[in-house]
Formats: sequence, C-alpha cells, structure tokens
Amino acid sequence: MLRLVIRRLLFLALVIWSASTIVFFIPRMSNTNAIRERFAELSRTGGFAPADLEKLIEAYTKQFGLDRPILEQYQDYIVNIFQLDFGYSLNRYPMTVTDVIMQAIPWTLALLIVTTILSFVIGNLLGALSAWPKAPSWVRAVATPFILLTGVPPIIMGVLLLFFLGFRLKWFPLGGAYSIGLVPDGSWSFLLDLMMHQVLPALSLILGLVGGWVLSMRGMGITIQGEDYVNFAEHKGLGAGVIFRDYYLRNTLLPQATALALALGTIVTSAVVVESLFGLPGIGLALNSAIRSNDFPVIYGIVLFITGAVATLMVLMEFVYPLLDPRIRDE
Amino acid sequence: MADATMTEIVRPSRLALAVRYIKRNKSLAVGLAILLFLIAFTAIGFMVIDPRHAYPLSAAAKKPPSLQYPLGTDFFGRDLLAAMVVGMWQTAAIGLLAGGIGTVIGVVLGFISAYFGGWIDTIIKTVCQILTPIPVLLIQVVVAGTLDKRDVTIFMMALIIVVLSWMGTTLVVRAQVLTMKERQFVAVAKLSGVGSMGIIFKEIMPNLLPFIAAAFVVQVFQAVFASFYLAVLGLGPLREPLLGNIIWSAQGQGAFFNGWWWWPIEPAIAMVLILGSLALINMGLDELANPRVRKTE
Repeated sequence: MLRLVIRRLLFLALVIWSASTIVFFIPRMSNTNAIRERFAELSRTGGFAPADLEKLIEAYTKQFGLDRPILEQYQDYIVNIFQLDFGYSLNRYPMTVTDVIMQAIPWTLALLIVTTILSFVIGNLLGALSAWPKAPSWVRAVATPFILLTGVPPIIMGVLLLFFLGFRLKWFPLGGAYSIGLVPDGSWSFLLDLMMHQVLPALSLILGLVGGWVLSMRGMGITIQGEDYVNFAEHKGLGAGVIFRDYYLRNTLLPQATALALALGTIVTSAVVVESLFGLPGIGLALNSAIRSNDFPVIYGIVLFITGAVATLMVLMEFVYPLLDPRIRDE
Repeated sequence: MADATMTEIVRPSRLALAVRYIKRNKSLAVGLAILLFLIAFTAIGFMVIDPRHAYPLSAAAKKPPSLQYPLGTDFFGRDLLAAMVVGMWQTAAIGLLAGGIGTVIGVVLGFISAYFGGWIDTIIKTVCQILTPIPVLLIQVVVAGTLDKRDVTIFMMALIIVVLSWMGTTLVVRAQVLTMKERQFVAVAKLSGVGSMGIIFKEIMPNLLPFIAAAFVVQVFQAVFASFYLAVLGLGPLREPLLGNIIWSAQGQGAFFNGWWWWPIEPAIAMVLILGSLALINMGLDELANPRVRKTE
C-alpha cells in the first residue's frame, strides 16, 4: 500500500512538473515580450507613451529576473511552483497570482461542487433506473432529453439558457454575481438575489453533464441485468429495492467513480468558460480578464493551478477506490 | 424447384447494402443529414453573400433580422449571415486540418508503439499517460495566449490545437494493434515472409480502417471544440468571424443586456448543429466498428 501511495505521488509530481515545463518554455519560445506587450497595452489604454520605454523595459526585465540564464530561471520557477508561488500579477500589482486565485476560488468551488455532485447523482440514478425493467415509465421520458443534450457544450448551453430563460422569460438575471447596487450583506433578500444569479451557470453545466452519466450507467445496468447473481437474488425473493441498491448501484460505483475522476478536467475547463460567459467572479472571469489585459503571470498561474488541482484530485480518487470496492481493499 | 430458388438469390449491390445499413443506423443517418445541410448552407451561402460583409464596418450596425439582413447585423457592422457562412467554412477548415494532422500523428505513433514495443512503446505510453490528466484546453490557452494576437491565423489556430490532441487516437490505435498483431492471420503472414511494412499496411491497416475513421471524427470534433473554446475566451484571430469569436464579442458588448439577442444565439445554434452532427456520426461509426453493439432490427 505504501509503495502504491509513493508511486502515485511520484506520478502526480511528474504531471505537475511536465505541465509547468510546458508552460515555462512555450512563452520563451515565442518572440513576444510580455513586458513590452504590457507597456504597449498601457499606452494604448492610458493614451501616453513612456519616454524612456527601452530603459523601463530593461528595468522590469531585471526586476522579474528575465535577464538571468534560462536554466537558472527554470530551476527557480519549478521550485516556486511546488510552493504555490506563481509570481505577481502584472495588472493588479502588488497582488500575487496566488492572491488573485484565492479571491476567485470560492465562487468556482461552489459552482463546481454543486454541479458535479448534482449531475453525478441525477445522471446515475436516471441511468440505473432507465435500464431497470421494473422502473416507472416516466423515468425514460425524463432520461431521453438529457441524453440528447449530451453533445451540447456547457458554454453553448449557457448562451441558449440566457436567451430562453433570461432574455425571453426574464426568470433569471443575465449575468454577474449579484445585482448591481446591492450591498453584499447577509440579508435574505441579498442571498436570494445571489442564488438567482447562480442558477443559470449551474444549469448550463448540469444539463450537459447529466446525459453522459445516464448513458454509461444505463449501459452497465443492462449488462448487470443478465448476470447470474442478479437472477439468483431475484429467485431468492429479495425485494426490488434491495436488488436495485445492493446489486445494481453497488457494482457500478467503482467504474463510475473512475469515470468521474477522468471527467474532472473536462468539467473544470467547462466551468471556466461558463463563469466567464456569465461574469461570475470566479477563476474563469479572472482568466478571461487576464487574457484581455495580457496579464501573463496570471494566465500561466491559473492554468498551472487548475492542472495541479485536477491531477491531485484524480490521484486522491484512486485512494478512494479501496473504500468502494472490497476486492481492491484485500489486495 | 430447387433451380428456381437458386436463381432468385440476387446479391444486392453495394449501394443498396449501404442504403439499407444507413436506414438501420439512425444516428449515422441523422448525423450525415445535418452535416449535408451544413455543407449546403455554406456552399450556397458563398454563392449568395459577399464574404467581405463578414468583416467589421461592412454593414449597418445592430440591425435585427430583416429582409435585407436575414440574420441581422452585429455591433461592429458585420452582416451576420455572411459571418455565419464564412465562420462555418473556417470552422470546417480548422476541424479538418487539425483533425487530419492529429489523426495521422496518432495513427503513426500508435502503430510504432504497439508494433515495435520495447522502449519506444514505454516512452510513447508514458507521455500519453502524463498528458492525460492535464486539461489540454488550458495548455492550449497558454499557447494561444502567448502568441501575438495579430499573428494568429486560422492555420495557426489549427496547429496550436494539433500539438496536444493526438493522445486519444494514439492510445486507441495502440490498443487495437496490440490485439490485432496476435491474431493468426498476422502470424501466417509473418511465417510466409511478409516484411513489417507489408504486415502493417496490407494485413493490419485494412482491419483498422473503421477505428481510424471513428478516431478521425473524434479528432475533428475535438479540434472544432478546441478552436471554439479558445475563440470564446478571446484567443482566436479576433478579426475573423469564427463562431466562437462572434460569441466572445457579443458577450463583451453585453448583447443580451442591450437586447441584441440574435447576435450570440446564431453562432450558438450553428455550433450545436456542427457538434451534434459530428457526435451522431461518431456514434454511428462506433456501431459500424464494433459489431457487438450493432443493433439487430
């Protein structure tokens, strides 16, 4: 067991190291200069051109340590990454990239946790039920639309929901975290307003995710139906509820948990664009505004942070398997 | 009597068989139908519209759909019908280019990995495993974000996408070749003195074609999606009327807040049709490639 843990942790380190290396070398292979770009942007928006532009760029290059040998920079960079130090934001200096991420992360986490859990639970239940001969007939009627929506990426779902539920029916607000002019206090009216603003982003993720779980779960459910142990349990006279819970769900838990671990990366990348579409102040909007303002350290920091988080979660999920499956526990 | 029944057995032509198969394979049929519709839209569109109207300052701004502008115009004065036609064509170009190159890389690496084995296999497999947990779209964000936005062209966009999107095909092809090369017909070919290249191209490749076709569709799907994703984040060639760009600029101008609903909704619907048709075709090809899941109706 200990050897397995060490092996998985080494793999995790390897993944983060590879991602950091790619992110370190790609910008250095291109001929654009982040600092020059930044000043060009400043003079465009600010309407002034610094007098000693070259000197200024030189000073900043020194400040950020970009004049040192590349291997030395690389070494420092990797050490910093593993300490969660991604440097300073160019646009919101003196905030560090870690500050920017920490400010945004609660919004993203809330959205991700709610949508992932809801879609996983709803999708698996619908999938298992629709494969089950004794299930009520409405189940299939509910499951089919979800399956049809599987191919629609959350960002497009977001645009469609904004149009139908937000713009046409005016049930939900068109964006932002809460209504402009509202004071973020703990009052009920504020919380209600806050909730209303989260519904459409969450729905655009959930609607696209549920179908995938329905499909895979239904496939497995159909396979399990033919198994001898299910037949045996039925002949033994076990109740339908017991068979459903202990024979259907129990056996599909492990493969579905694995699928969830593999899907995390996709879910997070989808959440990033959905947030930026709806203007929720999470990681996605931070990334979007960093892209708009050429804030390179923030772009790279956010990408590495998400990569690290997804890889860590995937490895953690592997340690959950023994809890789900006694066969693995015994090994 | 026996003679009569013998003569009545006529083998249907290949076309008839194909038509009959497509009738059974609903998802392939619907997917191909949508794809044909999109191709017709683009092809006829190019005859009707002036591609220059797909670019800013070529039409009256912010006009809702009307007889003159069937799909309306946007804030920057693009005729959205022209923008849709050009954008659809550019999306297809990126998808086919990136999907094609990605498939070739994947197939070649998968073959090398599985057929020759040894340390080459270990390296290719490990690289795929390490890259799998990394959200590839975000690495592409880094690449696209680094480039000077004035330099990004449609071709560039395809290359950015290809760099990190061959792993899936590599692993699929590798797994298939691994099982294929243990089959008896390969052993027979080997014993009768057929060289490596002969075995790869004459014995294994023909059996893999359905899988490669399915992998190609997946690659195109991923490339279309990746280009859309990058463009929605504002990382595309900003002047081009790529579907993602249109949504990005609509969102930047608060299209829904200002009541210009047609502006973001049109590229969204176009994207649903493109991705939907590709997903359906992929499902259909899956059925073709895996007779075990083939429906018997």
